[in-house]
Amino acid sequence: MDQNINIKVKVWRQAGPKAQGHFETYELQNIFQGASFLEMIDILNEKLISEHKDPIAFDHDCREGICGMCSLYVNGHPHGPDQAITTCQLHMRKFHDGETITIEPWRSRAFPVIKDLMVDRGAYDKIMQAGGFVSVNTGGVPDANAIAIPKPVADEAMDAASCIGCGACAAACKNGSAMLFVSAKVSQLALLPQGKIEAARRAKAMVAKMDELGFGNCTNTGACAAECPKSVSLANIARLNREFICAKLSD
Amino acid sequence: MALQTQNGIITPEMAKIPQGPLEKKWTNYKDHQKLVNPANKRKLDVIVVGTGLAGASAAASLAEMGFNVLNFCIQDSPRRAHSIAAQGGINAAKNYQNDGDSIYRLYYDTIKGGDYRAREANVYRLAEVSNNIIDQCVAQGVPFAREYGGLLDNRSFGGAQVSRTFYAKGQTGQQLLLGAYSALSRQIGKGKVKMYTRYEMLDIVMVKDENGEERARGIIARNLVTGRIERFFAHAVVIGSGGYGNTFFLSTNAMASNGSAAMQMYRHGAFFANPCYAQIHPTCIPKHGDFQSKLTLMSESLRNDGRIWVPKKLEDAKKLQAGELKGRDIPEEDRDYYLERRYPAFGNLVPRDVASRAAKERCDAGFGVNNTGLAVFLDFNEAIQRLGKDVVAQKYGNLFQMYEKIVDENPYENPMMIFPAIHYTMGGTWVDYELQTSVKGLFCIGEANFSDHGANRLGASALMQGLADGYFVLPYTIQNYLADQIGVPRMSTDLPEFAAAEKAVEEKIQKLMAVQGKRSVDSIHKELGLIMWDFVGMGRTAEGLKTAIKKIDAIKKEFWTNVFIPGKADALNNELEKALRLADFIEIGRLMAVDALHREESCGGHFREEYQTPDGEALRQDDKFSYVGCWKYTGEDNEPELIKEPLDYEFTERKTRNYKA
Amino acid sequence: MWLFNSSIGRKFVMSLTGLALVLFLTFHASMNIVLIISEAGYNWICEMLGANWYALVGTAGLAGLVLIHFIYAFWLTFQNRAARGNDRYEATAKVWGVDWASKNMLVLGITVVLFLCLHLFNFWFKMQFAELTGIMTSAFNPQDGAGIVKWTFSGVGPDGFDNSWIHPCYSVLYLVWFVALWFHLTHGIWSALQTIGWSNLIWFNRIKKIGFCWATLIVLMFAAVVFYYIGVYFGALIQ
Repeated sequence: MDQNINIKVKVWRQAGPKAQGHFETYELQNIFQGASFLEMIDILNEKLISEHKDPIAFDHDCREGICGMCSLYVNGHPHGPDQAITTCQLHMRKFHDGETITIEPWRSRAFPVIKDLMVDRGAYDKIMQAGGFVSVNTGGVPDANAIAIPKPVADEAMDAASCIGCGACAAACKNGSAMLFVSAKVSQLALLPQGKIEAARRAKAMVAKMDELGFGNCTNTGACAAECPKSVSLANIARLNREFICAKLSD
Repeated sequence: MALQTQNGIITPEMAKIPQGPLEKKWTNYKDHQKLVNPANKRKLDVIVVGTGLAGASAAASLAEMGFNVLNFCIQDSPRRAHSIAAQGGINAAKNYQNDGDSIYRLYYDTIKGGDYRAREANVYRLAEVSNNIIDQCVAQGVPFAREYGGLLDNRSFGGAQVSRTFYAKGQTGQQLLLGAYSALSRQIGKGKVKMYTRYEMLDIVMVKDENGEERARGIIARNLVTGRIERFFAHAVVIGSGGYGNTFFLSTNAMASNGSAAMQMYRHGAFFANPCYAQIHPTCIPKHGDFQSKLTLMSESLRNDGRIWVPKKLEDAKKLQAGELKGRDIPEEDRDYYLERRYPAFGNLVPRDVASRAAKERCDAGFGVNNTGLAVFLDFNEAIQRLGKDVVAQKYGNLFQMYEKIVDENPYENPMMIFPAIHYTMGGTWVDYELQTSVKGLFCIGEANFSDHGANRLGASALMQGLADGYFVLPYTIQNYLADQIGVPRMSTDLPEFAAAEKAVEEKIQKLMAVQGKRSVDSIHKELGLIMWDFVGMGRTAEGLKTAIKKIDAIKKEFWTNVFIPGKADALNNELEKALRLADFIEIGRLMAVDALHREESCGGHFREEYQTPDGEALRQDDKFSYVGCWKYTGEDNEPELIKEPLDYEFTERKTRNYKA
Repeated sequence: MWLFNSSIGRKFVMSLTGLALVLFLTFHASMNIVLIISEAGYNWICEMLGANWYALVGTAGLAGLVLIHFIYAFWLTFQNRAARGNDRYEATAKVWGVDWASKNMLVLGITVVLFLCLHLFNFWFKMQFAELTGIMTSAFNPQDGAGIVKWTFSGVGPDGFDNSWIHPCYSVLYLVWFVALWFHLTHGIWSALQTIGWSNLIWFNRIKKIGFCWATLIVLMFAAVVFYYIGVYFGALIQ
């Protein structure tokens, strides 16, 4: 049963991108375990505002685990100590009375801190702009049922496509690699006949952009997939490798 | 200058509804509209505000055609717009299931579902282009669910007797948005779209043309990271900023979803149409505490297999409320499947407004099933028996997981608890057939406009409308306007109009920052939300609405005299962002109450308790209220002026909605 | 050239060199096992290899592989640390499904290489190097590989038994080396296969298991020889 608990939160505070950051610890009383983690931060912020202090800046939007806006490294895990969820779906019942909760921003050179817990994930958009699409214009496309796609293929593409672009993979990776993110999009489109046509070009373009933006080299630790809130599989990375190597070998 | 009406009436000519039979209107329009040639497209700039289904698809399509697009969003990436949270699916009249579907039937279901308060021509066009959307999305690589034969699968949704809903697991909105986002990304990569993320529009800039007519020529936006106010020019401005459901504080909308763009348009003379038409979604996870920040939707698709019930006996309900019983403990014969009982023909798949009111009726009568008494059961036991747990998990697994994470209860074992919550706003900025507002050069698409859903939206139609507007309607109709603008050179943002607009924005911000009162933005917003839910929610009365208006006026005063915003205006400041949005929510809330008070009938999402049939069904007053209620801004603190666009149903016979037989 | 300037290309080089070294280790371990069965057999293999041109080319190739593998490892690690940024996480936690080895490949690799130096001194210097240069680097005939191995681990040589503690010490050191090698290989083999793209939803777990078994087999074969001679040492000690 959910109870009220008293906790301490140790939060990374950083005034701006260039400012020196530091940890600050706050105490919170009577937090209901049925509250979501972000609601706990809301309560903390209300308290800070009532004391005329600067509230903690953090990214969040849909609060139902799909927009990918929320981030936060909670007690050593991106999206906190629970499986297959985003921070906004994390609930206080995962913590116990008297616990000190450490909250940090994503740390990766490609994701610079904007303020406090907020980081700039524009690098992921740039990778998508390099090739994360099928080159079709609006209109003039064939009937939707013109191409039959085997259900297992469509399902696998769907699983890869469920990536929400939150950045947890790169944040969890000790190498700061974005391979899971890139491979999810490359896989989705390489699996489907619509995307196969430019699969080689896509893999090369997206990997080149990923490298250019300063993401690290994948060493297959698997931390990305283990921490991915949408359980995107590591098998996608193998597919990306395959697509990329084949594309390069056939150049 | 805004559209000139005749004695407060908008005629079909003013709304630019094409002549001819219903099914020929859109074709006729396209055949005769003005187009812009490729060389001139390069000279024209278009601002698109918002990157949801409508905004992203419009920005991408316009850029593909050759226009220069400036696209804005408040999130850190265009992929995060709240369209992404749509779960269930998207409708189209493909008739792949051979169950008798057609464009006309989709049109008819939509207009009937909207309680005959939508424009016939618009809705028909929507149904017409619905099929193109599916083709487009598949071509983009959207992984829709498929049958073993490799062809597309469909499911059924509320308000329809055919299976016409295409879906991608429980994440259809996400997949469609990512499709539009990929098209948008492609254009950003090509440099045809200039993307501005973490920017919030704070005003629209109007510049007079050589005839002295005001036209939208740009926007003032705040860079949310630096706090800097910036000016942007374009030949036309398109707003796809979504709905205003967050007026209620607790809603299924995202935290940053807001109605400020709508209010900025409104203050420049764009009519706000039917603000009272707000959709209360029947299947949301019930509220659990005062600290709650938002409500989570459980897809309508769950009603395909889930059965909604409350106990038959009051004493069972009391025990459930006290936590002494669980849903699974109540025997079959003591369960009241009230939707199946009241609406045998549609059963659990009645439209959302009907399902929500029925839930409220049962809870008001004391049959609520959780500790607050504000919840009903959505039970999958029968489906699990019939299909097996694996099939149910495959269909709804992610939704069940979502529920379990929030409520900490396993929905495979114990029925889900659900309750209605504000979800979507059918009302919005008035637009003509071309999706142009009553302000020249200002267009409005997607949920932000009022156009296609009447008084109630059917499930899986929001995605359809957003993409229809963005891919297939606006990119055509905007050319009819832009064709006349090819001689207009790019304007400097140093023009006095831009400077004045920026100054006004800065003054407003300074005024807010200077209040330095005692209350946080959220605490005032929550208060507004409670008033909205209590008086402008599922059941409205004249008296309640008058009370609401008084209370909202008091909140407005409280806000402007007692809000506290920490930090600085010229830096990242979430509280300032929220305060600017709340200032507009207060205005919208009042407008909703004013509109609801004036509309003395019950239709769709608007239920006036004075106007109901003896058995509690909505009672329309077609003779008096068969019009679009448009509100015109008349100045700060002045009562808005009502302008009517009569809805004369030429092609469809209006009936009382009946989901019973 | 994509093998230098793309991340996947660099990883591809790591995989190919790694896999080649795994093949070599597999051969080496199989050869070692012969020792237990027949010392003469082992010496016959030594003779076959010896300082023949193909063995020399092979040795040079091996050295090249190790060098490339080693340089790339440092290069990748350097880049990866840069990609991670200067700010480290305050709180770290064990992530389910992430092997310890996978996060410590460089350290394990360095360990393996350091022991490799010892190993080269112990055997290659006394065998192929001696045969090649004609310099007698030990008391043994360079082609009596079995004798050298036996002497090193068990102290049993042509002049009888040497009960010095140095022999079991070597055994223990080699076992430590094998443990490091085992960790390195349990991640290395499947990771290399993953990097060259030979994995999908079905094969993912299979490849992980294959990699684990293969690594374990190689290391067990190596260790078996050491254990065998530990046995010989203690057997001789008791007598």
